[in-house]
Amino acid sequence: MSLFSIFNIAGAGMSAQSVRMNTVASNLANSGNTASSPDKVYRPRLPVFQTIMDRLNPGEANLGVRVSAIVTSNQEPQRIYDPGNPLANKKGYVFKTTVNAIEEMTNMMSASRSFQSNVEIMNTTKQLLLATLRMGQ
Amino acid sequence: MFIDFDKVLGVHQQALNVLGKRSRILASNIVNADTPNYKARDIDFRSTLRKVADSQGSDNGTVRLEASAQGHFSEVSTEMTADENLLYRVPLQPSLDGNTVDSQTEIAMYTENAIRYQASLRFLSGKFKSIVSAFRGE
Repeated sequence: MSLFSIFNIAGAGMSAQSVRMNTVASNLANSGNTASSPDKVYRPRLPVFQTIMDRLNPGEANLGVRVSAIVTSNQEPQRIYDPGNPLANKKGYVFKTTVNAIEEMTNMMSASRSFQSNVEIMNTTKQLLLATLRMGQ
Repeated sequence: MFIDFDKVLGVHQQALNVLGKRSRILASNIVNADTPNYKARDIDFRSTLRKVADSQGSDNGTVRLEASAQGHFSEVSTEMTADENLLYRVPLQPSLDGNTVDSQTEIAMYTENAIRYQASLRFLSGKFKSIVSAFRGE
């Protein structure tokens, strides 16, 4: 019954979107992070989405989506001259993380929209399955 | 007296099967709306249903396997083979990450597909009710 596998597909989508929400939360929470060297400063985390292919039935629909990796941004941290800062290095510089709050907020909205549409799919499928069970009554 | 269920139920039992498969394909499109390089897929409902109905119909000249020894399968598998039917959707607008899913279109199609499924289900329900009332003879 193909309708049952939709629960797995939508569930995979919901779990992938919640991982994305987690990275957004982590990035936003660390948005003010500063450090005395570029290696120690927080770098934004980004999830990489990948389709789960059905290897046994290559001609069929795929089996949803998964987070294949969480990569850290390779953008160089901002260098700010602030000799009064207790974290400043000998030359008076502090390094600030490159988390972009606007980017993270749009990412969060996109994730929550996608999560909602996955929930919608699940609800519709549930109704269809229940109606199928009641067939002929 | 015996009832040929294939004739009574008509095309709706195959339609339910194909609609179920299609809703799965559309669900995977929606779920992969944020996956880079994912290409949205769909089936041509009319041709797929015709193919499935032809392969399942008993008296329209389809080829059956001959069972010459014990243990041979006597019937051609009636499972839908989606290989040649699964097509790629033509994107309405390009996107930077190579993804061709348009969430709004996919959700609209998914909803439409669900309504068609319910319609077929209701037709089937009606057929079963007719059979039951014929038995009762009231």
